[in-house]
This record gives sequence, structure tokens and C-alpha cells, in this order.
Amino acid sequence: MDFKGSDTIPGPRSEDHLPHTAEAAVKIVIVGGFGVGKTTMVGSVSEIRPLTTEETMTQAGIGVDDNFGSDTKTATTVAMDFGRISITDQLVLYLFGTPGQERFWFLWNGLFEGALGAVVLIDTRRLEVSFDVIGRLEERGVPFVVAVNSFPDAPRYPIAELRTALDLPEEIPIIECDARRRASSKDVLMTLMRFLHALALAKAPA
Amino acid sequence: MTPPQRRRRFPKQEPPPPPQPAKEGVEKAPERLYVVAGPDGERADIDLVTLIVARADPPASATPEQSATLRLCAAPLSVAELSAYLNLPFSVVTVLLTDMLTAELVQARAPIVRQALPDRSLLEAVMHGLQRL
Repeated sequence: MDFKGSDTIPGPRSEDHLPHTAEAAVKIVIVGGFGVGKTTMVGSVSEIRPLTTEETMTQAGIGVDDNFGSDTKTATTVAMDFGRISITDQLVLYLFGTPGQERFWFLWNGLFEGALGAVVLIDTRRLEVSFDVIGRLEERGVPFVVAVNSFPDAPRYPIAELRTALDLPEEIPIIECDARRRASSKDVLMTLMRFLHALALAKAPA
Repeated sequence: MTPPQRRRRFPKQEPPPPPQPAKEGVEKAPERLYVVAGPDGERADIDLVTLIVARADPPASATPEQSATLRLCAAPLSVAELSAYLNLPFSVVTVLLTDMLTAELVQARAPIVRQALPDRSLLEAVMHGLQRL
């Protein structure tokens, strides 16, 4: 990777600057399989054009003859798209769309641990790719809602049937959405926030 | 038509076994790929959404990466955005920023992380902000 030098890097457009009063940020993670619409959802609600942060993962080659001390390595670049929503002059919300494979989550320190919660985006044509994701979030205690991205040619199941298939308790919201539409993606985020709020109320009654 | 059925992964009752020593030639600790940030040391506790703000002009000794960071962070900018604009991996930006924090070239505004008891007023603020979208 060549670093191009400080003068040639395009920074944020002037309208993309955060105000100097911005004090803190929170994040929500949108997790799902390849092609399920994570970046589409991020882009539909983000105030900036979605950006990409990358991380490189190296693995030692397998079956290398150690006597010669050679180590063939393969490097995989994993990308994560993200967007931003200014909440107030002080508070900023970031949305990260991340692949479902757990081995990628460790590349970005504290990706889930520090997040308010997660949206599991699913495609009913490939429902089974979301099974592992849901299991991992449950094990980590990350609160989440499930959003079904309605692709035109995807099978449509009643929510109750999806709930049974995903083995999710009644309290976890499952909603249909169209990730291309801002209003629909906003509904998904609001559903997550109401769910988190209800959890907070249940833990510390007013 | 019936959707496929998820089989719940039951959490293990026993603690996980201690990690086995890595098998020779199968898996090794990842190697540092970049030397952007000078001498290696402790990395600062930097999150993707830590906001970074410049607090000094680039010193004469600044590297191109440091100068670019200071220019980009004239207004607050998250580490994730820095990584995207600098076109450098998150881990590399973390090391770069650790040095710059030590040198007091930049200031970090820590993110609000999820706590055991989430702050209800924070959640309400986010909800109000989203409503206005």
C-alpha cells in the first residue's frame, strides 16, 4: 500500500465536517451475510456517502516445510462500510455494516462490545446464513432486532413462522424492511432503539 | 413452504479448555505488516468511533501520515473516518494515533459504550435524533 502523502488525500467535504461541539459518538452494528443489503441500509440513512474501513488478516500457509523456515502467508483484506447520523451538536451515531463471520469481528477492536445494539439483516432466500450470527450475538449478550430485507423474488414467510425458524423469543422484534428506502431503514433503527429502551426500563424501573 | 430451522447453539456448561499451543506451521500470530507509526509500544484505547481532534500544527518532524491526520482532524473526526480517508487499516491508524496522543498532537474524545445499565437519556436522545431523519 502506498501512502500518497498528506496533500493528495481527499478529506471530508466541507458539509461533511462534524461541528466542533461534537463530544461523543455511539455505534450500531448491522450484521448479515454477503449481499444481504447492509451497505444499502447504511447508505439509505447516512448523512455522508458510506465510507469503508479495511483491515488485513494474515494466516500462515498450511503444509509448509518448517525445516526451511519458509512461511507462506496469505493476506485477506476485510472491508466494513459505515455511515453517520448526527444526533445533536454533541452526539453522533455511526452505523457499521459487518460480515457475519465472527473471525472478522475481532479485527476491529470492540466492534460489538461498545455498540448500543445490532440489527441482523436477513434474506429469506438464504435464511440459514443468519443462524450462526444470531447464535453469536446471543452468546455475547449483544441486544439485537431482526430485519427481513424484502427482495422481490424472495419467499415471504409470516413473521410467526420466521420467529419459529429462527428460534427467537417473543420479545425480540422481527420486522420487514426495504433497505433501499430511507423511511424503512429508519423504522428498523427506531425498532432497535425502542427495544433497547424497553430493556433499559426493565433493568432499572423508573 | 417452510423456512429452514435454526438449531440453537447451547452454551457450554464447562469453561472452555485452555488454549492449545499453536500447531507448528498451521497457525501463527499475525505479523505486523506496517511500520507507519514508529517504535512499537502500548496502544491507546482507541475505538472505531473515538473522535479525534487536532490540537497542534504539524511539527517540522511530522511524518506525511501525521500531517494528513492533523489536516483531516481540524474538525472532530472518528477513527473509522480517518481510516477511510487515509486509506490505512484500522490497526495502523490506532498505532499512528497512539503516538500522536503521546506527543499531544491530537486529542481523543472517548465514545460512549454500552454499559450493563444503559443510560436511558442517551437512548432517548438517539431516538429523538432518528425521528428527525
